[in-house]
Amino acid sequence: MHATGPSLTRRRLIDWFLGTSAGALLAWIAYPLVRFLSPPHVPEAATHHVEAGAVNDPEFLARGFRIVRFGADPVIVVRVAPDDYRAFSATCTHLDCIVEYQQAQRRIWCNCHNGEYDLLGRNVAGPPPRPLQRFEVDLVARGDQAPTVVVSRS
Amino acid sequence: MAGRGVRLAAWLGERLPLQFLREQAEHKTVPVHRTSVFYFLGGMTLFFFVVQVATGILLMLYYRPSADEAFESVEFIMTTVAFGWLVRSIHSWSANLVIFFALLHLATVYFMKAYRAPREITWVTGCLLFFVLLAFGFSGYLLPWNQLAFFATKVGTDIAGSVPFVGEWLLRFLRGGDRVGGGTLSRFYGWHVAILPAIATLLLGIHLAQVQRQGMSVPPELEGRDAVRSMKFFPDFLLRDLFGWILALGVLAALAALFPWELGEKADPFAPAYANIRPEWYFVFMFETLKLVPGGSIAGIEFEAIPILLFGGVGGLLIAVPFLDRRPARRWPSGFSVAGLLALGYAVGMTAQGYRSWTPVYAVLATGIVLGILRVGTGGRGRA
Repeated sequence: MHATGPSLTRRRLIDWFLGTSAGALLAWIAYPLVRFLSPPHVPEAATHHVEAGAVNDPEFLARGFRIVRFGADPVIVVRVAPDDYRAFSATCTHLDCIVEYQQAQRRIWCNCHNGEYDLLGRNVAGPPPRPLQRFEVDLVARGDQAPTVVVSRS
Repeated sequence: MAGRGVRLAAWLGERLPLQFLREQAEHKTVPVHRTSVFYFLGGMTLFFFVVQVATGILLMLYYRPSADEAFESVEFIMTTVAFGWLVRSIHSWSANLVIFFALLHLATVYFMKAYRAPREITWVTGCLLFFVLLAFGFSGYLLPWNQLAFFATKVGTDIAGSVPFVGEWLLRFLRGGDRVGGGTLSRFYGWHVAILPAIATLLLGIHLAQVQRQGMSVPPELEGRDAVRSMKFFPDFLLRDLFGWILALGVLAALAALFPWELGEKADPFAPAYANIRPEWYFVFMFETLKLVPGGSIAGIEFEAIPILLFGGVGGLLIAVPFLDRRPARRWPSGFSVAGLLALGYAVGMTAQGYRSWTPVYAVLATGIVLGILRVGTGGRGRA
């Protein structure tokens, strides 16, 4: 202690106080800032089932599929045959694009990077790493009108 | 470690004009005398302005400028986003403080006659910056889309509508249509986050460059005396500025934490105005003046337009002061100082009348006392 001399010690003490104060100030600003920049988790209302329209909906007849809202997520409902409707998550497992159904090739297709799924939602060609999540489909009779396609979580 | 720092500085110095910047920064000196404390007011205004820019950018990340979503998004910021209440409260408090300090800065520069040659351009850009700050305040006030904001904007833009000849165009220009609605909100948002910041950046750039180049003005009674001591702006004065800014940040955080800004109720164009509705404190004296004017018109000009034109005229005169004051070195009481005191007295009196309270008068007195104490406490010290 005597070797360094008193002026140096005092200087170092002041520097230490100054440095820790500045550090505390920065932390005091940085912590709320980082927390503010992190988007809060907003809980979404749970969806159990949605109606995807009547079996003879013009969209089903013309294109063979419809994309419906299931909560906040898109679900693709495919008319494989007049009495066979299947529903999958419409979000490609590759990079989040929305898939379509191609009637002629009888496949589910993602235009972004040519991802291909079969009619069971399995990834068969292209980059998608996983199959599409499958949803349950029920055809519910509505009196004398055409039955309604009801999609629910399986 | 030190060696590496020196090498880095040398490397940068060969590529950037560091030496030039350093010389520029060190070139300026700050005079040390009885009223040196006033030299901190501009820096303080700048500090709160920077706080506004920073917190404003943060708020933009969550704010949604539409009549359907604005109120809800501010509510979301206040209740759901982590520290959102803090960021918004700081923005609201600092908005008031930036105008408060701009006013103090303006008043002290005016009474010290620091606007005199060769600093006319600094004065003019300063005045324009002050008006830009008022426009920031007025446009930002609407953005939460609550009842208070809605009516303040209705009244404020309606006032613009009574300006003779161009009033109708001005009203539609401000509102983005005939009524205050979603279109007004988009428009005010555009002004608040793009147009006004662009204008402010330009004006502030000129203002600060001039201050840095010309240095601080010395009061006329000390001018030309060799005995006026001074300190270097960089780093001596800047460190004192920094001390003040850290203090200001602490006060701001305390205000925002202890008195978070309210949100009020969502704007409803079909609900009656509250009792005692009034604009932000810095507009109250004009608002109160308008209450005194009876309805009616003369020669096609509504009575209401007269005080509005008068206030506009005073604003214009304020900008022109350096060109009107021919003998600024005169000692007290000069006509300009007396006129300034009268205007200040009128504004404070009308503000007190608007609030039906003596608080504005006390606030002015308290500010004067604090500045006086600081003046005694800081005056005359520093390096020779």
